[in-house]
This record gives sequence, structure tokens and C-alpha cells, in this order.
Amino acid sequence: MLPIIFAMPIIQLCVLVFAATFEMKNTNVYVVDRDLSSHSRQIISKFYGSPFFTVKDVDFSIKNAEDELSKDNVDAILYFENGFGKAVDKKEHASVQVLVNAIDASAAGLYNAYILSVIQDYNLQVNSKIQSVDKNNTVLQVKNTYSYLFNAEMKYIPYMLPGILVLLITVIGLFLSAMNVVREKEIGTIEQINVTPIKRYQFLIGKLIPFLLIGFFELGVGLIIAAFVFKIPILGSVWLIYLVAFIYLLTILGIGLFISTQTDTQQQAMFIAWFFMIIFVLMGGLFTPTESMPEWGQKMNLLNPVAYFIKIIRMIMLKGSGFMDILKDLSILALYSLVMLSFAVNRYRKVA
Amino acid sequence: MNTDQKVISVRNLTKKFGAFTANDSLSFDVYKGEIFGFLGANGAGKTTAMKILCGLSYPTSGEIMVAGLDVYKQREELKKNIGYMSQKFSLYEDLTVFENIRFYAGIYGMSSKEIKAKSDDLLQKLGLVHARNKRIGELPLGWKQKLAFSVAIFHNPEIVFLDEPTGGVDPVTRRQFWDLIYEASRNGITIFVTTHYMDEAEYCNRISIMVDGRIDALDTPERLKKQFEAKDMDEVFLKLARKSNYQE
Repeated sequence: MLPIIFAMPIIQLCVLVFAATFEMKNTNVYVVDRDLSSHSRQIISKFYGSPFFTVKDVDFSIKNAEDELSKDNVDAILYFENGFGKAVDKKEHASVQVLVNAIDASAAGLYNAYILSVIQDYNLQVNSKIQSVDKNNTVLQVKNTYSYLFNAEMKYIPYMLPGILVLLITVIGLFLSAMNVVREKEIGTIEQINVTPIKRYQFLIGKLIPFLLIGFFELGVGLIIAAFVFKIPILGSVWLIYLVAFIYLLTILGIGLFISTQTDTQQQAMFIAWFFMIIFVLMGGLFTPTESMPEWGQKMNLLNPVAYFIKIIRMIMLKGSGFMDILKDLSILALYSLVMLSFAVNRYRKVA
Repeated sequence: MNTDQKVISVRNLTKKFGAFTANDSLSFDVYKGEIFGFLGANGAGKTTAMKILCGLSYPTSGEIMVAGLDVYKQREELKKNIGYMSQKFSLYEDLTVFENIRFYAGIYGMSSKEIKAKSDDLLQKLGLVHARNKRIGELPLGWKQKLAFSVAIFHNPEIVFLDEPTGGVDPVTRRQFWDLIYEASRNGITIFVTTHYMDEAEYCNRISIMVDGRIDALDTPERLKKQFEAKDMDEVFLKLARKSNYQE
């Protein structure tokens, strides 16, 4: 068991951070070019040149392209009608059709946006050529400039890693504690404990401490990997992260021990722990921003410890937030941990 | 045996699980230093009654005093004065012999110096010195049972409750086990023991026999044999058990 507890999160951290990415790097595009003009060629060459796209084939037949799309061999089709180039030259309305596999809606949105930006790019090129030829006819253009704060290059790993770290600590904490007391019920050792004068809180504190230490250890390993393997700068205080982790773990362990005292078999405990785990993680803001959830979902998140910790740890690691910045969320978490732990102590019965 | 000093006093103990009455108005006393045998067929209600006496389970009704303490109001106080060995082996198999002893003795508030000295004596006596740092899970059942008993009386309780302590153990080990029980009894610990083995019943000072949740007989083995005109305890037990309503 011990090697599993320690090796599993490290492997998960390394694998998940690299694999669970939103960045599109290998979008396969099938091009149907019925125009064969210099304009269509130039656009196609832009796709060839982009690191985000792989042009699978250039063809005349839309049928072949659609077959490939059905077989899932390509993610998008780019379709140039005959006459596209001429329309551009005549400064008429020229259109390119983009067909995207939208089974994964969010991925489809990204494909579309990337493709459009490539075409947009070409648009600008053409426009500026026209403008330079026809100097009297200046077109007013509004240009956006922007800068991304706290993660300037919009890198994916600094965003994902803190969240995954939270996830790993949660899995270990919730499952180990949820299985623990109920396991003693199953093998019968709890009876020998219940017949001693041990106080209920003493028993549960005894259960808490080892899990806290395991959680701390894993957090430490995770932060070291973050800093030295992924080179993520940790802007805030590591001690502050640990303070939050302490309170967070008390909450999670409280929930786990509460589940454990309420169930009779490890199976039941496992099932209930999974139930909460899935909700906590999918709603916790690891993969999707919590701000875009419906209002009732955001209200539910007030009871989601994972959401608090993901938010706080990102603030500390990426923004360098200090104690006062996170105080409000931290106090809620502290209150939460007190409630869950007292539930656990209260519902643990020494007498049947 | 000192009949002046009651260690356990039970009046009309009743325990119901829904419509089923597991213990039907039990009344009996156990005196200081005696070995009290609690006999009965499977499902007669022995374990249920024992769990109530240990404070592991609530009685439905009745007045029950153990070690001079009320099982309703002074349950945690009571637990300091008793030892318990369950039917199912329940020390921590992942911990070593010494770790188990230290853990349980620690709960009863013994100092580590005291624990060390006493456990050295104990392991010497049991001939388990070499197994001190072995995980309990690796030991044979007979040793485990002897250890479980020794841990149950390590804090020197007034009474120790043994729930079928010799189940599944070979005859030689059973004999050794009873030597340990006698020794504890000589040291003033009252023994409350359930068993299936009728030869073991003969070792007890007094025995009670439960049938269908009631105590049908309670006396010394000699008097019971006389009363039921039986040549041994086996016969006494069979005569009583045949009255059960739950015969298959």
C-alpha cells in the first residue's frame, strides 16, 4: 500500500500535466481546393507553415474529405469554391467554407478560432496590399492591443499543475480516510478500540495525523516537481500554501472520516467517496472556469472544498497573493473543516 | 470466591432487536475473583449480553452494574476497569506484538516505562520474546489468542470478558490458555467467559446456561450435574438445549 500511496500521485502529476492539455497542436486539416488560384494556394501554405495544423491532403473531391472526417482521420475541412481567387481579385465577397467535427464542442470552438485567425491573417495581408495601391482610400482600422496578466504567455502548464496537485491530495486524503474507520469495522478491530476508555476525538485525531503527513509529503513532492521539472515560478509563500493545505486537508479528511463512520462496508464508503469526488472535481474549476457555471452551480460550489483550494493555490502560485488576499476563502474553508470534523466525531459511535 | 463482593450485578436485562428478543429479562450476579462460565448454543444471546456488559451495546431495559458502575451513565468510566477479548481476533495484524501492547496499554494511561517492563515479563512468560518485533499477522492462531488475552488484562482490570476465546485452537494450546485464565483469576481478576466446549465449562467456578435468550440454569458444575441427573456437562447442556424453540 505504501508505495502505491507515494508513487501514484507523482506519476499522475507528470502524466496529467503533459497530457491533459487544451492547447491545439495537432489539428488535422483536409483541404479541398477547387479554385487552384494563387490566393487559395497562399492560404493553404499558411496552414502548412502553422505548428498547430497538419494538412492531411489537398484534393478536389469534397466526398473524400467528408469520408475522412467521418472516419475521424481529420478534425476539419477547408473548402475553396471555384472562383474564390477571382472574387478576391475583384474585391468582391469571397468565402471559404470550414467544416469542423464538433463532437467535442469546446475543441471544435478552438479549431474554428484557430482556422479563422489564419484566414484573418491572410485577409489583412490582402487588405493592406489594396490600401497601399490605393492610398487615397484609407480604411479606418481599430486594433486591439492586450496583455495577459499573471500568465503572460498563456501557458497551459502553470494553470493546470496547481489544480492537478489539489486533485491528487484530495484523492489520497478522501479515499484513505473514507476507507479507514469502516475497514476497522469490517475486520473487527474497532470493537477492541470501542471497549477501551479512549475518547472519540482522540481516536479520530489519531486517524487524522498520518493522513495529514501523507498529504503534506505529496504536496511537497508536487511543489518540487512544479518548480524543478516544469519550472513554474512559485510567486507566493510556500508556507502559506502549506497553511491552506493544512486547513484544506482537515476538511477533506473530516468528510472522509464522516463517510467512514456512517458506512458499514468499504464498498459503500468507496461509492459515496466517489460520488462526492466526481462532483467536487468536475465543478471545482480544474478543467472549466467556475465563473461560467450557472448560478445554482456557483452556489453549490460554496460547499466545494476543491473549488476553494484550486482558486487559492492558483492565486498564491501564479499571482503571488498573500495571506490577506485569500483570508476570506481560507476562513470559509476553516469553518468548513470544523463542521466536518465535529460531524465525524459526533457520528462515530462507540456504542451500537 | 467471595460472595460478599459483587463485581457484576444484572437485574432484568432485556435486549430487543425489533420484534426479536435476544436477551429476555436476565438476572444474575458475578462475584469477585470467580470464573463465571456463560454457556449457550449459537444464537442463544451470549455475545449480545456480553457486549452490553462491556458498554459496546445499549440494553433495551434492566439495571446493570459492572465494577460498581452503571452501564447507562458511567460507560466510559466502566471501560477503564474491564478487559475484553472478542470472538474475532481483533488486535492490529499490521502492527508488531510490542506495538499492539504499547498501543493498548497507552490508551489505558500506562507509562512507557511500566509498559516496557511489564511487556518484557509477559513475553518471557509466554515464550514469545523472539516474536516481540514480529507483525501479529504472521503468528499462528494459538499465539495470537494468548496474546489477545494478555493484552486484554495488561492494564490489570477488575473483570475480563472473554467471548469464545479458544475457538479454533488446538487442545494443547487450549490447556495453556486456561492456565493463563487461572493465573489471572489468582491475581484477583474476575473472569467472565463464554464457551462451546463443555470440558471448559468444568473449569469454571459457576456456569449459567442460556437457551433462547433466557438463563435456564445457573450454579456450580457439580450441582448442575446433580440437578439434571447427568454424568457430565455435555449431558446437562444437551438436556437444556433440546428445549429450545429454534431447533432445526
